[in-house]
Amino acid sequence: MSDEKKMFKVTIDNITIEVEPGTSILNAARMIGGEVAPPAMCYYTKLKGSGGKCRTCLVEVAQGSTADPRPMPKLVASCRTNIMDGMVVKNITSEKVIDARKGVVEFLLINHPLDCPICDQAGECHLQDLSYEHGASGTRYQFPRRTFEKHDLGPYIQLHMTRCIMCFRCVYTADQVTNRRVHGILDRGEHAEIATYIKTALDNDFIGNVIDVCPVGALTDKTFRFKNRVWFLKPVDAHRDCPKCSGKVQLWYRGDEVFRVTARKDEFGEVEDWICNDCRFEKKKTADWVIEGPSKIDRHSVISANHYVGAHKPTEIEPEVMGRPPRLLMDIHSVSQVNQPSVDLSLLPGPAHSDDFNGKEK
Amino acid sequence: MGRKLLLEKAHVEGIRYYDTYRREGGYASVEKALKNLSPEQVVEEVKKSGLRGRGGAGFPTGMKWSFIAKPEGVPRHLVCNADESEPGTFKDRYLMEFLPHLLIEGLIVSSYALGSNATYIYIRGEYAWVADILDQAIVEAKNNGWLGKNILGSGFDCDIYVHRGAGAYICGEETALIESLEGKRGNPRIKPPFPAVKGAWDRPTVVNNVESLAAVVPIINMGGEEYAKIGVGKSTGTKLISACGNINKPGVYEIDMTISVEEFIYSDEYCGGIPKGKRLKACIPGGSSVPILPANLLLKTAKGETRMMTYESLGDGGFATGSMMGSGGFIVLDEDQCVVRHTMTLARFYQHESCGQCSPCREGTGWMHRILKNIEYGKGQKSDIDLLWDIQRRIEGNTICPLGDAAAWPVAAAIRHFRDEFEWHVNNPDECLKRNYGLAHYADPRPVPAATA
Ligand SMILES: Cc1cc2nc3c(=O)[nH]c(=O)nc-3n(C[C@H](O)[C@H](O)[C@H](O)COP(=O)(O)O)c2cc1C
Ligand code: SF4
Ligand code: SF4
Ligand code: FES
Repeated sequence: MSDEKKMFKVTIDNITIEVEPGTSILNAARMIGGEVAPPAMCYYTKLKGSGGKCRTCLVEVAQGSTADPRPMPKLVASCRTNIMDGMVVKNITSEKVIDARKGVVEFLLINHPLDCPICDQAGECHLQDLSYEHGASGTRYQFPRRTFEKHDLGPYIQLHMTRCIMCFRCVYTADQVTNRRVHGILDRGEHAEIATYIKTALDNDFIGNVIDVCPVGALTDKTFRFKNRVWFLKPVDAHRDCPKCSGKVQLWYRGDEVFRVTARKDEFGEVEDWICNDCRFEKKKTADWVIEGPSKIDRHSVISANHYVGAHKPTEIEPEVMGRPPRLLMDIHSVSQVNQPSVDLSLLPGPAHSDDFNGKEK
Repeated sequence: MGRKLLLEKAHVEGIRYYDTYRREGGYASVEKALKNLSPEQVVEEVKKSGLRGRGGAGFPTGMKWSFIAKPEGVPRHLVCNADESEPGTFKDRYLMEFLPHLLIEGLIVSSYALGSNATYIYIRGEYAWVADILDQAIVEAKNNGWLGKNILGSGFDCDIYVHRGAGAYICGEETALIESLEGKRGNPRIKPPFPAVKGAWDRPTVVNNVESLAAVVPIINMGGEEYAKIGVGKSTGTKLISACGNINKPGVYEIDMTISVEEFIYSDEYCGGIPKGKRLKACIPGGSSVPILPANLLLKTAKGETRMMTYESLGDGGFATGSMMGSGGFIVLDEDQCVVRHTMTLARFYQHESCGQCSPCREGTGWMHRILKNIEYGKGQKSDIDLLWDIQRRIEGNTICPLGDAAAWPVAAAIRHFRDEFEWHVNNPDECLKRNYGLAHYADPRPVPAATA
């Protein structure tokens, strides 16, 4: 009896479950899953103190608890509000929530350019998903958008501040995961920007993780950026004996080439184990890794298109049409006018440049 | 003459200095509290007084004090909020500048009540000279045994430190203030936990306004019950009002909350009416963040009663027909004032002061300001008015701290009560530009059309 934990009952969008005391509304909703889980742009389970800022996860509390059934007067950030016993929450069943969320998306898109076609995050961007699911089709904002000078963060990371949505995740990551934080927020309000004060580089064994936590394309991997679109890549789980981190990663293949290495993420797009810079930036050969098998991708993103694990695959017709077996969909080198077969994009030291494509020998 | 409790001695020559202040009866409340009352009894007196926080929200001070957590072995802190950056509000400055010892006295008694051995005054950076005055007063108080170890042999230790802000309105919000005091960026914290549980350095902390803390002095001197007899209903005691705008006598007034708004504006004891006999158009009664009220709703409440200078009466009927006492920044507009222009100015302030943490406030305040600028300069469209309404509606209530609301309310109220003025701007773009305010820097921001041959 005594070691039996008291559980709290909570009803979210008419579905009732029991959760442990101390669970946030967001996490309770995630246990139910699907549409009931509010979108989250700034909260990150692994980062202490994160959440509460972007306001995309706002929900309506229609009943505070069994003991105090009064509704909460304002919408609350589900990521930072804990469940009370008997709480009744409305997420997508609340008109107020839907309206507020539409507002938040509109606010976020004021200063986030919709440059998905040239953004490295396309296909993995939470804001893209969020706008698609909760946004309006047009904007009512008629003023010039803010712009920033490009800010180079050293050998591995490039910051595109124009795309930043000020979720603060990277700051928390640098603060909590690495042993030296040199970047943060400068200025206030809409002028606020993520920056290193005196344009220093971000160099730190674990700093690469800021790329993974960035929900949009503001922080990009210099060893990968613009070399490929993620949906052309095939994620594979792999590990290595790493003296610094767990060494558990995802390798992103195109054909036989490893284009990038990232941490593994859960179904809500959150990193499972932080990885070190060595694993992320320096180990780009299959031989460096023990391959475990194809990653299970169950995110709603475009990456899951064509990716598998138990999925029913239509019959391949490429061998008949093209006279050879397919590599992923097609061998880009043999069909593209742009990519030279002699150029191994994954081996380029920096970002790919037009010179790399137009056949000029360097 | 209204009753004066705080500013009674403000005009005594040399009252800024310890000797005069003491000669005039200063520090009596410290003697009374530390010698005769337990900390709990002091809290009890403040509860009885019905004092409501003078920093804006009007939350009962005694109740706030009784919420402070008391974990074993953990220090507690009292922080005096002297950030005072709300446009139209300048009462705390006046109090600190002329009666620094009154604040120090209130702080000692309040620190005793709360068990704070290290008390902070977080003062707005721009009040540099006031910070110097306070520093000097603290030294005087300490030299005379009112601060330091074992004050008056009571076993209570207390030190007061003045911490200067760097000039950000948001650092007046209590959790942002605590962050700033800790040496961090002044971003509001997400509540809960509330400061009473986890405040400065994660210790239980109470943040109170300058005027609230100064009011503790008369409360202890006269007793909470006596204090509660002054005023009306839940608006007990006296309130400092900083009056400005189109009035004959701008300044800081102490009122006991029994007078009407009309009396406050027109009587010679207070604002002395509107210059050149112009008509009253509107008033922002509680500092720039509270809703503006047009003259007809300002002098009479929704119920048709005379509007009084009390918390209840100023808020009568909610925001559709009322406003707020707020911080007591009383801004009067005469018939020549343009509400659109004023709203634009306020919007500029809020967009500049947003800390940038949460998306609706960070992006929405700038958007509202730009639209208002367009309307004011004759570049607006009719749909802009509805758009503004929509934006403020989606900011209000959806942000981490009340700055979002503070930015939304003035816009909402201006559109609610003065929609015709917005429409006039939209319909008469050229007239908008002809208006001359004698302000060169407000020149037409539209590009000058190229000269044609
Ligand atoms: C954006 C913002 C600015 C504020 N600025 C001040 C200020 O300058 N001075 C102040 O006393 N309270 C200010 N407040 C209110 C404080 O957060 C807090 O409620 C107050 O200091 C509590 O004191 P009181 O209980 O004595 O009123 C501000 C609140 C907000 C949201
Ligand atoms: S750079 Fe990315 S992770 Fe950092 S605050 Fe901006 S959007 Fe968030
Ligand atoms: S409402 Fe504005 S000032 Fe307050 S936390 Fe959000 S962005 Fe900062
Ligand atoms: S995820 Fe909850 S506010 Fe950002």
